[in-house]
Amino acid sequence: MLNKGTIALFDWKAFILIVLIMILGLSTIFSATYTNTPVNATPLYIKQIGWIIIGIFFLLTGMSIDYQTIARYAYHIYAFSFILLLVVLVAGRSGFGAQRWIAIGGFSFQPSELAKIATAFAITRYFSDYPARHGYNVRELVIPGILIAIPVVLVLKQPDLGTGMVITFVSVVLIFLVRIRSRLLGILTLLILMTFPFLWHIFWENLKQYQKTRLLTFINPSADPTGTGYHIIQSKIAIGSGGFFGKGILQSTQSQLNFLPARHTDFIFSVFAEEWGFLGIFVLLILYLLLITWGLDVAIKAKDRLGMLMACSIISYFTFYCVINIGMTLGVFPVVGIPLPLMSYGGTSMITTLFSLGILFNIRKKRFLFY
Amino acid sequence: MEQQDNNRGLQQRIGYLRALFIFLIAVILFKAWHMQIIKGKYYRALAENNRVRSVIISPLRGNIYDRNGEVMAKNVASFNLGLVPADIKDLELTLKRIAPITGISTDDMKEFIEENRNSDPFSPLIIKDGISMKEVALIESWRWFLPGVQVVVEGKREYPNQKSAAHLLGYVGEISKSQLQEPEYASEPPGRIIGQYGIEKVYDELLRGSVGRKNVEVDATGSERRVLSTHEPVSGDNIILSVDMRLQKTAESALGEKNGAVVVMKTETGEILALASNPAFDPNLLSRRLSHKVWQGIVSNPAHPLNNRATQGTYPPGSVFKIVMSAAGLEEGFIDRRDRIQCSGGMPFGNRVFRDWKAEGHGSVDLYKAIVESCDVYYYQLGNRMGVDMIQKYSSMFGLGTLTGIDLPSEKKGLVPSTQWKLAARKEPWYPGETLSVAIGQGYMSVTPLQQALMVNTVANSGILVRPRILKGVISEIYKRTYEFPPVEVRRTGINAESLRLIKEALRGVVYNPGGTGGAARSSLTEIAGKTGTAQVVGRKLQGAGRFNDHAWFAAFAPVDKPEITVAVLVEHGGHGGAAAAPVAKQVIEEYVKNAK
Repeated sequence: MLNKGTIALFDWKAFILIVLIMILGLSTIFSATYTNTPVNATPLYIKQIGWIIIGIFFLLTGMSIDYQTIARYAYHIYAFSFILLLVVLVAGRSGFGAQRWIAIGGFSFQPSELAKIATAFAITRYFSDYPARHGYNVRELVIPGILIAIPVVLVLKQPDLGTGMVITFVSVVLIFLVRIRSRLLGILTLLILMTFPFLWHIFWENLKQYQKTRLLTFINPSADPTGTGYHIIQSKIAIGSGGFFGKGILQSTQSQLNFLPARHTDFIFSVFAEEWGFLGIFVLLILYLLLITWGLDVAIKAKDRLGMLMACSIISYFTFYCVINIGMTLGVFPVVGIPLPLMSYGGTSMITTLFSLGILFNIRKKRFLFY
Repeated sequence: MEQQDNNRGLQQRIGYLRALFIFLIAVILFKAWHMQIIKGKYYRALAENNRVRSVIISPLRGNIYDRNGEVMAKNVASFNLGLVPADIKDLELTLKRIAPITGISTDDMKEFIEENRNSDPFSPLIIKDGISMKEVALIESWRWFLPGVQVVVEGKREYPNQKSAAHLLGYVGEISKSQLQEPEYASEPPGRIIGQYGIEKVYDELLRGSVGRKNVEVDATGSERRVLSTHEPVSGDNIILSVDMRLQKTAESALGEKNGAVVVMKTETGEILALASNPAFDPNLLSRRLSHKVWQGIVSNPAHPLNNRATQGTYPPGSVFKIVMSAAGLEEGFIDRRDRIQCSGGMPFGNRVFRDWKAEGHGSVDLYKAIVESCDVYYYQLGNRMGVDMIQKYSSMFGLGTLTGIDLPSEKKGLVPSTQWKLAARKEPWYPGETLSVAIGQGYMSVTPLQQALMVNTVANSGILVRPRILKGVISEIYKRTYEFPPVEVRRTGINAESLRLIKEALRGVVYNPGGTGGAARSSLTEIAGKTGTAQVVGRKLQGAGRFNDHAWFAAFAPVDKPEITVAVLVEHGGHGGAAAAPVAKQVIEEYVKNAK
């Protein structure tokens, strides 16, 4: 797997960016779980190191598998993820009011994580197989539309609002990238605007109570300060009180005194912001931005349309996860329960993120190779 | 070539995508800048509010001792279960979890929390007190799952003598919402335990001390992590009462199961040695957080156990009032000790006959015999000559119809009628026949047992009216010394010493003369003087039907030549004073004499 050519073409710059972000994540997990770790238990940051090592293995795997091979099996993967989504709906394990997990052996696995990538690969394959020079028309968009709609509906049904949102966003980006006929764009926009109240109604009616309250408290967090608004309020206090230089590692009162919920997972950014201040946020966001622009650069320079679209979908996922997660901690997005890539504690997220970044490495590597 | 063009367009659009992503990151940075730099101060204050909490440290309440140093009220440590409303994330779940420990249904707890919603959300609301050590351990080990649930250690009030001296001591309780509005409790926080009745209430300011505060760092469950600063509380002062618990218990056991009151005071100083009222309550029970049901049970008890009969019960003074009549008659010259009247068992007046308690009459009666045998006709005649307003003047002189000024709350002043009073209160003129009833202590007249004792005490104390009081001394917590208070003289009645001597001699005769009504008080230990009385409940026809029985009075002092102790006894529905009340007074006086030796 690691032949000479692979090592020579390994993008150390991007890898170092990834490692730096993961180190910041580890230090924040260390701090966030410091007070609550029972004496005998393995600290979570140690476990996370384990996930990182496994994740890097997956990164190298992603890098070694030819993305064109992946594309060849895109529909198979898509079908497999569809089956998993059905399984989770029937026999999944629930957590926090949602049925998102499948237990395999001692591990829990989130099929929606696979579904989002599988969907991206499937529509990428489709757009790459049927290029349309002057953009796509309605009939040509029916199949990708169905490909997107199936997982979105199934994921929303779990319900996993965050993943559903991200799959939709990334799909919209891809459609924008492959171009649709402008007349169609106009018709689609009009259609969406006209049916919006109707769609909103269906959307709202299908939400679980906790999702409705989340959205309502997002609009007005102080309405229920000890209930559902609690997360947002405590997170904003944590971030705001960090100031310019932050309170220092282990010195964050909001986090050390347990005011922040889910602080090593979804709200890890709040802990980081409280301890490292604006200065830390600035550095972290620059690191993320460098990684994102690197990914887009890989896309632009990819040797074929398939590579371009695949790279774009991967990096769009990455970016939307970052933006939505951070936006949620800042109180500009509703709490939808998605992790911050490379920072949040958790195996599934770490492995899928590093695997998909591995594919980026592969796409980049392929542009230097001529078969 | 076509493929190339297509890809170039794609590359261009990826450029747009990059611009979008950079824009999104910039928006995040801008928002973070706004929160951390522009509004950083605001959020830091909120974080401090979250973290730092001002906690009240309750001071120890002062102990209460009797005159011999016996403890009447003290504090013992108690573990209470408190809820901090601000820290509770899920009320329903929390209540469900603690219900097995409190033994109170979640609905009742919810109602209780709802009722107390206005109090400080950061101070614990005590929902159950006196939980066991096992329950404390259980709660502490479940701390993570019970945010906002706290074990609060408090000094709990304990009255080792239980029901004994209950009315005098009173009880303590959590400050009420309306009390919080009163200026005297201005510096007290919600949840404070204050005196609610009796001495506990009257001297609350001395006893309660002042609260301390500490700033503590708390975590999200409201549990204390470390103390940042402390302002120590000041304990309340210990106080010493004039009460002698031995006499108090004697008085209570002498009264037994009968409803009534006993007042025992030092003749010269007015110090209260005992103050009993039956039925009594257990102040230990009332000082706890009572459930509504228990409280209702006490309040709706027809015997009114919370009512202090000694200072709040008003009864016609009966024949004991003849003491005031005799003093007034002598002073104003209406009678002379040698004057005699003929008593044939009644006196016709207007269109009816005012009857003597002794149907066959007392025969020829002078002042001495009138007092000793309690001849009503003698006083009908005297009263008729004096008129009600003169009677009222002398009654007031002896402290009847006015507050005695004892240091207990809600004292009643009773009623001494006058022509003016009747016009104002009843819009009717005074009928001369009514004067005759008043002259033997019936009719509109009503006095408290304490007033009765004070009136007799004034005779025993050479005509000096003193203020009865219970507080003997204060052991100041701040100045580390004991303060004692001198007796307070309210007024000198100025009654002629010879008149007082005549009355005292006759009062001795009540007990020692063969025809006296108070023979039951005769003691071999000391010479007791006293006066019996019967307070009519209803017209005589209904007598014998239990609760319509007359109240029995006996007011006494001893020793006759140099009085030291004054006792007034009232036995509700006890019938004749000489039989029901006099033995009680005798027992108390004998106990006093035994201890004095």
